[in-house]
Amino acid sequence: MIEVKNLTKRYSAHKAVDNISFSIKKGEIVGFLGPNGAGKSTTMNIITGYLSATDGSVSVAGFDILENPDEAKRHIGYLPEIPPLYADMTVKEYLNFMYDLKKAKLPRTAHIKEICNLVKIGDVFNRVIKNLSKGYQQRVGIAQALIGNPEVLILDEPTVGLDPRQIIDIRKLIVHLGRNHTVILSSHILSDVQAICERILVINKGEIIADGSPDQLARSLSTDTSLRVRVNGPEHDVQKLLGAIPGVTKVTPMGKKEQAAYEYVVEVAEGADVRADLSKRLAERNWPVIMLASHEMSLEDVFIRLTDGTTENSQFKVKEEI
Amino acid sequence: MSAIYKRELKSYFTSPLGYIVMVVYLALYGYVFSMLYAVGAPEISMVFSSFSFITAFLIPVLTMRLFSEERRQKTDRALMTAPVSLTGIVMGKYLAALTVFGLSQAVTLIYQTIFAFNVTVDWVGYLSCLVGTMLMAAALIAVGLFISSLTDSQIVAAVISIAVSVMLFSLDGFLSGVKAEWIVKALQWISFQGRYYTFIEGLFDIANTVYFISFSAVFLFLTVRVQESKRWA
Repeated sequence: MIEVKNLTKRYSAHKAVDNISFSIKKGEIVGFLGPNGAGKSTTMNIITGYLSATDGSVSVAGFDILENPDEAKRHIGYLPEIPPLYADMTVKEYLNFMYDLKKAKLPRTAHIKEICNLVKIGDVFNRVIKNLSKGYQQRVGIAQALIGNPEVLILDEPTVGLDPRQIIDIRKLIVHLGRNHTVILSSHILSDVQAICERILVINKGEIIADGSPDQLARSLSTDTSLRVRVNGPEHDVQKLLGAIPGVTKVTPMGKKEQAAYEYVVEVAEGADVRADLSKRLAERNWPVIMLASHEMSLEDVFIRLTDGTTENSQFKVKEEI
Repeated sequence: MSAIYKRELKSYFTSPLGYIVMVVYLALYGYVFSMLYAVGAPEISMVFSSFSFITAFLIPVLTMRLFSEERRQKTDRALMTAPVSLTGIVMGKYLAALTVFGLSQAVTLIYQTIFAFNVTVDWVGYLSCLVGTMLMAAALIAVGLFISSLTDSQIVAAVISIAVSVMLFSLDGFLSGVKAEWIVKALQWISFQGRYYTFIEGLFDIANTVYFISFSAVFLFLTVRVQESKRWA
């Protein structure tokens, strides 16, 4: 559905996007994840035809955005980071204007009504946009992107500036839209992409540094599994006992967490399961286990490890299957 | 293009801008008309020419926000990512401003009709005045649109447009101190005033018509180029 090849965008000396390539299949929900200024918005602006690339090509639904811009744009619904709303128009006027602007062919009244029901803005339909709350404005922005029923939706930070309740609503809406559309969304908020996306492209400094499902990314980075254990017992002795269990490679004390309870991160050799052994041995010494949890790497950890450059990124790169 | 034209036209009348321009013309034209009517001189050309310089101030009011406001509110993204050509966007805005200006001039038809009830009037002369005014306005709107595309601030656009419009309108007025004859000739050639007054006098001159139309076309073309260049910035 979307093919991006060797895309580069240079602002004089600075490379905002550096030779990135990826392809997105019909029906995928893909998240662009990266810190601010990583090149997410620039990439989106190029895909939608707002900016021109310095080098490389983009095609949407088989149409090249440079050679056949009108056809390509017909297949895209775009919500920029700041929704492109005319503050002095009512929602009704605005959506009708966007309908004309996009030269939509669907029956006008029914189509606009359907979108309003979908994004739940029916109750503000006749109000002036500048008087709406941020949450409603964002919804009107999404409604605008949906006009003409484009196959591809490109949403740039759709949840930014919303309160937690609105964020959950917008996420639900995007998942719902993902059933009938190919969706690309960008975010620097991990929980966003984790909740919505089937596939994540991590972008940093204009390059794609990882590409895969949220689980894949987390898994590819955790070289070995580890456990978090909280035990009621003397810190030093417990640490020694944990270290003596066969299969345990390293024990890191995390300090006192509760009354007389200390926490440890126990790293385990690959394939080994030490949980039964561990609780038995501790019970023998009458040091009760209060908590035992597998210490999975969250996407947060993955993100930080990928973007801060302390790890050799290429080692963890999940190659895209073509 | 028609979507943008309709939106711009409507927004002139949901904001005060369209009304301001129309009210000023209505007041000034009405004043001249009532004087002429009182002394029994059915000279419609006087209605156009007496305050003609005001056009150089009012057109920038119409054009100042056309592009600058889109950029400031980031609504240009909706336009630039829609299946519409840049030429379509520029022409939609241009024709909307021209339409509002045309509406503000329509009142002169009422005056001329009132004159016509009393005496025989020169309808061809009236048409020449109207065409001349519209042609000059078309050129000034193109310049204003171009300037609006260069800045994010409508105030900056307005101030620069007024300065440029006043200059274009009255270049001949600055010539008294200039010695070199070719400069005088060049500036007189560029100046709108002389060409405009030819129309007011009832002379429908092809050269002047071509001048104003070409002038508009050049600045519309430049506006499209400026918008295009923003893609590469």
